[in-house]
Amino acid sequence: MTMTMIHASRAQEIEERYPEYFKRSFKQRFGALMIGCGTLLYMLYAVWFFDLPKLVAEAHWERFGIYLSQWVSYDVQPELRLQGDGSIRVWYPRFSPLGDNPHPDWMVNNADGSVSVLINGTSRTVTAGNKQATIAAHGETYTIDMSGENPRLVGQAPPWMKVYDDNIMVDLGFAGDASISSNRVKIWKRFIGWPNFFFDTRSPFFDKPAGEVFSLILSGPRIEPDQSNLSLAFDNIWNNGAWQHGDVWTKLFQTIVMAFLGTLLGAIAAFPLAFLAARNITPNRLLNQVLKRFFDFLRSVDMLIWALFLTRAFGPGPLAGSGAIFLTETGTLGKLYSEGLENIDDKPREGIKSTGASTALVHRYGVMPQIVPVMVSQTLYQWESNVRGATIIGAVGAGGIGLKLWEAMRTNTNWANVGYMVILILMVVFLFDAASNALRSRLMGTNKAATSH
Amino acid sequence: MTTADMHSHMPRTTRDIGNAWDRMVAKRRLYTLIGLAILLFAAVSSAQYADEANAGHFFERLPHLFDFLSWLIPKDWADVWRALFDIASPNHTGGEEYNFADGRVYVSGSFYVPEYFELMITTINIAIVSTIIGFVFAVPLAFLAAKNFSPSWPLRMFSKRVMEFLRAFPEIVIAGLFSAVLSIGPVAAIIAVSLHTIGALGKLFYEVIENTDMKADEGMRSVGGNWFERVRFGALPQVLPNLSSYALLRLEINVRASTIIGAVGGGGIGEELKLSISRGFGAKTVALMILLFATIVAVDQFSAWLRRRLVGEHAFLLQH
Repeated sequence: MTMTMIHASRAQEIEERYPEYFKRSFKQRFGALMIGCGTLLYMLYAVWFFDLPKLVAEAHWERFGIYLSQWVSYDVQPELRLQGDGSIRVWYPRFSPLGDNPHPDWMVNNADGSVSVLINGTSRTVTAGNKQATIAAHGETYTIDMSGENPRLVGQAPPWMKVYDDNIMVDLGFAGDASISSNRVKIWKRFIGWPNFFFDTRSPFFDKPAGEVFSLILSGPRIEPDQSNLSLAFDNIWNNGAWQHGDVWTKLFQTIVMAFLGTLLGAIAAFPLAFLAARNITPNRLLNQVLKRFFDFLRSVDMLIWALFLTRAFGPGPLAGSGAIFLTETGTLGKLYSEGLENIDDKPREGIKSTGASTALVHRYGVMPQIVPVMVSQTLYQWESNVRGATIIGAVGAGGIGLKLWEAMRTNTNWANVGYMVILILMVVFLFDAASNALRSRLMGTNKAATSH
Repeated sequence: MTTADMHSHMPRTTRDIGNAWDRMVAKRRLYTLIGLAILLFAAVSSAQYADEANAGHFFERLPHLFDFLSWLIPKDWADVWRALFDIASPNHTGGEEYNFADGRVYVSGSFYVPEYFELMITTINIAIVSTIIGFVFAVPLAFLAAKNFSPSWPLRMFSKRVMEFLRAFPEIVIAGLFSAVLSIGPVAAIIAVSLHTIGALGKLFYEVIENTDMKADEGMRSVGGNWFERVRFGALPQVLPNLSSYALLRLEINVRASTIIGAVGGGGIGEELKLSISRGFGAKTVALMILLFATIVAVDQFSAWLRRRLVGEHAFLLQH
């Protein structure tokens, strides 16, 4: 590559001709650097302010993996209880996903009266027998003596076994865990999937293969004499005890209603107010300012505060949520509409005024055709974002799926339900995104001014 | 169709033109009316539904709507200022309603930061930190997603999907998940708000980037600039004012968002406000509302002033 050398005098000439590029002010040269340094310093302060190192050190990172895995998996928790006569009784907790009378094939009754649980095929098993438990995993076998007051491990504990005074914890990986105490062996056996998603253990359709369920619904004899099988099946799915489909879908619907009603009422209230607030439509400075500050007030008090107050006034539920969105949205849309009105082209209005038309007609034909597409587009956008917002304010009691989601998370046991609701919310948000985008692009043509004008 | 046919369908007199126009307007009006009727029906039925599903009903509770004012209006207005600045109140009798002085956060000696100011600072810090984190991650993602700068199609689709996902994912779930890991507190709120901010800003950013003037980029390419140089010298100088302006707008939204996340367990002023409203502590609630309102207005004004300096008098659509 050849470079043309510039003569020194020529270089100086260029420098003199464009001083703004060669002799830049301090602010121009170091401004960006200083902003960068300032940001970095602020982040360091934030690390100190939130006590980040301590928080990270004390965090239970293992929970993150556990909870996330619980979104798509579940465990069955049988207990093997050693009876006085040396026999073993297998006991399942109430509401076990296996139903009332489980005989899973991973629970083996041996010839000598002991019971084996195949945690991970035959490679990892837990066996409870007469006064002892045997654990086979990773190619090794350990015996735990259970004849005394507390369980006692025979031999040295491997790293996947934790020995406490009255209890021995066995970590068998993702497939399951076991806990051995004085006279019982508790098992957590983990499965991938969502258990009993359609029919819970009380349902007559429980644990039947899909083909059998379909043939029962289509042509089988009635299970309940006064109800068709189809309506029984629907009833059972809707009232599924573990997944509460009916409740979840109702709450989801409430969230959508809240967003729709709040935004629509906000738009209806903001529409006339915006005409009064726009200084080119209503030439009354005082009124303009008062209304604009009123919009700011509604917006600044914030959806959260409105939601808290309305929940107190009307009790928890979608009415409080719709009210909160309505009040905030009147402020937001009022501001957006009045700004839109102030940016319209005055020529059509002048034209209509010149024909001697009344004020109403000037607005109808000189203003509305320009502003309505913009307004509808902004309203659709707000609606879409309020669907997301309604989820959050729901969690403070304003109705909808937010509260249900928050409660499911708070118990820390129901992450599969959280996963289910998150998927539903994501679906609704994407659907509304797509619908509002499609509507807006039809409304505005190829004009992109709606999103950022 | 022959020419003669076509002519027979064409309007020949001004009256025909007028009739055609009337028909079109009538049709349009009909559609508008049908649309409005559907909207009205949906609105009325959803209002009814919301009313029925609510714990208290609208017309039944309406006379009591302003009941809360009775507890909200403090007995002694001076208590509002005492609550705000943590000055001991003479009304304090041992309960939590007037224990203003208990919340003081001592910095050194007898100098203290009032509790509510400390909480407000926490909330603002959550908002600022999340906006910075969101900005830092959104810029590269947006350049990968912008049609004119994306290095490859799969990368572009991937980063677009990531941003959509982050935008749509409910913030409270992220906050809930991380408050289980990190114990309940502001850091879970920061993570939740930042992840959402990455998605929201990323979308706005790539739209801005797609609208840049490509001449500067052509110049960079003509001298053999690589991707980073093209982005750094071809695009960033053009888009940075707009991006910063959107980030400031996002900061306004994030102050509100971190308040709300706080109310569901993320710490900061939201939690305190929720407690104080649910227990009916008048003076404390008024003090908190004044502080929150003043802060939001101040942040909005500051950000509006800065945005005006960055991009001039531009109106931006508020986006959540």
